[in-house]
Amino acid sequence: MMELVLSLAIGILAASGTWLILRPRTFQVIIGLCLLSYAVNLFIFSMGRLTVGRPPIMPKGGFVNPDAYADPLPQALVLTAIVISFATTALFLVVMMASRGLTGTDHVDGQEREP
Amino acid sequence: MIEQNLILILVLLPFVGAIAASTISVNSRNAAAWLAALVMLGGLAALSALHAQVAEGRVPRAVINWIPALHLNLSLRVDGFAWMFVGLVLGIGLLVVIYARYYLSKTDPVPRFYAFLLAFTGSMIGLLVSGNIILLVVFWELTSLLSFLLIGYWYQNPAARDGARMALIVTALGGICLLAAMLMIGQIIGGYDLDLVLASGDLIRAHATYPVVLGLFLIGAFTKSAQFPFHFWLPGAMAAPTPVSAFLHSATMVKAGVFLLVRFSPALGGTGAWFFAVTGTGMATLVIGALIALFRHDLKGLLAYSTISHLGLITALAGIGSNGAIVAAIFHIANHAVFKASLFMAAGIIDHESGTRDMRRLSGLMRLMPYTGTLAIVASAAMAGVPLLNGFLSKEMFFAEAVEWHNGTWLDNALPYIALVASIFSVAYSLRFIMTVFFGPAPVDLPKTPHEPVPWMRRPVELLVLTCLVVGIVPGLSLGPLLNMAAQSVLGPETPWFSIAVWHGFNTPMIMSVLAMALGAALYFAFAMRISDGPEGPPLLHRLRAQKMFERSLLALSWKWPRVLHRLAGTERLQPQLRLIVLAAIAAGVATLWAGMRLAPQPQLTALDPAFAVMWAVGALCGMGAAWMAKYHRFAALVLLGGAGLITCLTFAWFSAPDLAVTQLLVEIATTVLLLLGLRWLPKRKEEIADDRLASARLRRLRDLAIALVMGLGMAGVAFVVMTRPTTSNIGDWFLRNAYHEGGGTNVVNVILVDFRAFDTLGEITVLAIVGLSVYALLRRFRPAPESAESPIQQATDAPRLKDAMFVPSVLMQWMFPVMIVLAAYFFFRGHDLPGGGFSAGVTLAIGLLVQYIATNVRWIEARLIVLPIRWMGAGLLIAGGTGMGAWLFGYPFLTANAQYITLPLIGPVPVATAMVFDLGVFALVVGATVLMLIAIAHQSLRIARIRAQDEPQPSEQAAE
Repeated sequence: MMELVLSLAIGILAASGTWLILRPRTFQVIIGLCLLSYAVNLFIFSMGRLTVGRPPIMPKGGFVNPDAYADPLPQALVLTAIVISFATTALFLVVMMASRGLTGTDHVDGQEREP
Repeated sequence: MIEQNLILILVLLPFVGAIAASTISVNSRNAAAWLAALVMLGGLAALSALHAQVAEGRVPRAVINWIPALHLNLSLRVDGFAWMFVGLVLGIGLLVVIYARYYLSKTDPVPRFYAFLLAFTGSMIGLLVSGNIILLVVFWELTSLLSFLLIGYWYQNPAARDGARMALIVTALGGICLLAAMLMIGQIIGGYDLDLVLASGDLIRAHATYPVVLGLFLIGAFTKSAQFPFHFWLPGAMAAPTPVSAFLHSATMVKAGVFLLVRFSPALGGTGAWFFAVTGTGMATLVIGALIALFRHDLKGLLAYSTISHLGLITALAGIGSNGAIVAAIFHIANHAVFKASLFMAAGIIDHESGTRDMRRLSGLMRLMPYTGTLAIVASAAMAGVPLLNGFLSKEMFFAEAVEWHNGTWLDNALPYIALVASIFSVAYSLRFIMTVFFGPAPVDLPKTPHEPVPWMRRPVELLVLTCLVVGIVPGLSLGPLLNMAAQSVLGPETPWFSIAVWHGFNTPMIMSVLAMALGAALYFAFAMRISDGPEGPPLLHRLRAQKMFERSLLALSWKWPRVLHRLAGTERLQPQLRLIVLAAIAAGVATLWAGMRLAPQPQLTALDPAFAVMWAVGALCGMGAAWMAKYHRFAALVLLGGAGLITCLTFAWFSAPDLAVTQLLVEIATTVLLLLGLRWLPKRKEEIADDRLASARLRRLRDLAIALVMGLGMAGVAFVVMTRPTTSNIGDWFLRNAYHEGGGTNVVNVILVDFRAFDTLGEITVLAIVGLSVYALLRRFRPAPESAESPIQQATDAPRLKDAMFVPSVLMQWMFPVMIVLAAYFFFRGHDLPGGGFSAGVTLAIGLLVQYIATNVRWIEARLIVLPIRWMGAGLLIAGGTGMGAWLFGYPFLTANAQYITLPLIGPVPVATAMVFDLGVFALVVGATVLMLIAIAHQSLRIARIRAQDEPQPSEQAAE
């Protein structure tokens, strides 16, 4: 039942993230993007199925039975995704700071909603 | 082999020359001219070396395979037609190079001119010798692009900018249509090889999409060759320097269109549609161009419309498509190039020496510049089609085809009459050119007093006019063999030999010529006064300016309509945009998965570990808590976010992904520090925002909550369904089996990153570098909001106590620095075989440096330790890229990795993999980029302190504002 727990976790993180990126304040959006990236990384990772205690570290030489190891491909993809989402978070943070300095508000549109 | 190299030299030499010319100092006019002339001569030498083969009817080729699976190869071929045309381009190119040396003034950036000219020559030659129709389109677009640069050479002049832009838009749009046509042809016949296309004419003509292919193809050819109704860009392009006009509008650019028509006539021609579209357009252009040319007062304007008219003539011949017509078309391509180049050059000399091109002001120049005058008169006689000159011969052949060839349609019956009318206008405008400029009273009130130009400026014109005479008097001996060689390569080897004679007897074409000359002269002398007093353009028609209409529609398309559309359907606000994106993502997911997504019959479930459930209960609470708190309690939200991140990290560790766990943990730390540094610059939020309580705001939140719930449910559902299905064998198995043999590492994830998919990683670190630099650049111009500029309360009031409280942690942190360096090294070296690698090592070292910044303060640390993050990044990119290119030295593709064991004395075998060097590059770049971002943000406090210090002593200034 680990699968059920993990998929629920992915769903909750994704829902929290989605809700946040639809909010009007820049900080909410940045936290939302972080949560969404956790959810998406876990989602991609889970596409390789769940395996416990069998990391993809090979013996040196000899026959390799692929079923005895976790799927390395989603892991490689997620590793890249983690680094890239760090970069985008940093960039977005700086844009957020600059926009706040220029416009005097932390609303995502650079101006408060017209009443 | 030799011929392959010769063809490659032919195409590549001009480009190499262009690069060389662009590096020459702006003032070395002679060096650039010599270089350009030598390149043209070199090209001519390579071409003449190919002549023997081509004359025998063989087709020398050079093929470099690129993507054979998609039929995309760099294939070049020189047949007779291409040979003759390349000769024309290089020959006239050489003369233009000499002419331009004396035409351009000292203030012009001459090397740039020659660089553009050479690159243009190269693309034109490439276009002519392409053996692959996609390659042909590439060169085709290159000529459009370079002609834009050449026409806009005097970019200070608005007319030049407008003319260049219009030429680019029209011809490049045509190029896109041509590309579409070529792709469709490729789909029909299953390949892009030119020989295959030319041999598959029946297949293409019989295909259902033939009309579409033909239409797109013709738009491409007509835009390039300035055929009606796309003719309007050519007069605008006259703002170019005259050598450019002499080159582009005689032998090269505009001839590319008719070249294409003649070349593809075996594949696409011979149908009724082809005849009506091509001959019809050609005849219309012939008449309209000649008519407008008569009424232009600008010398180059007259020549421009005359060029349009002659291109129409060649197009009409290509449309008729009989053997005689194709020979006549090729013949006229050459003849027109020769006399029109000399006329443009003569017009340039007149402009250069007298300071004006207006025919109403010029007069009687024969007295002041007799040589130039004689040359121009002979050349315009060739343009008018006077016997014993080359223009006469091809015009006669055109008349003969118009009279003798029949397919019984109304257009066919009308051909001789239309040809005669156009010819009358042609004689009239040629006569006007000669009479107004060279005869009549002496000129008065010119900007400069005209005189003969320097001899070398006239030499190219002399040579061209001599060619007109030689071809006109002894055509069979001079151009005959080349012409037959070219015709056979287009029409096939069985084509009978055409002998071109000066005298065919007193036949219908001859009568037409005599009639045209008599009526043309009468027309000119009858209306000479009225034309020169009239407006710039034919009566009535001059109000219809195609250029104006083009500008107006361009404005509507690129500015007015998009704004209307934006007002009606767009929004500048981020929230609706994001909402649309999320909804679109949900819709895409539902649309693709709804039908096929079912739970597996026997879901594979792993037994639940209660610890895992508890862990995620906390994780889920953290996630939802972060979402709840992010508006009013940012710090709490950040802590909760970190909690969710840690649980994610533990999950990776739990399910056999140690690499991910390590990286996630380290990146989590860096992200948290980053966000903490950013918190300082956000506005204080103590009171609730009043609007939040409004009903509309509540409704908005409810709607977004619903969207978020759907998103979450969808992701959870898809994840559950996939996870409980049994796996199938996939590419991951291959990686597992081959990681050690092929990549020389046992940690498969790392081997994938630095070896199997190293190119992706190279792209990724490049993105990281770009982000680092963007952050740095953005923060250099950063101005914080005024209320954030003060010191925080804690620093302002409790500064001494804060320092005391931080004492012990800061000592600990400083001691940790060597430990963290060792940890980074450890991660790095074990990376290829065990969890670790360049990414995690890099982030570790960056965190180590960051900790030092936190432990003390920026000034203290930077007095002792200077990190140059940009150098780290540069070194990292160079190492990674250099490792990739190193593979070329051994004849392998980019980024081929090599791994083996090297036996060192005493130590024994040591694994050495080039992938580790690549990983070193990744490491250096990650260190540089991460440190750059963190330090750039941390430095803001310093800058603010500095700004504050500057502001405080002058309070009166602020009061004054």
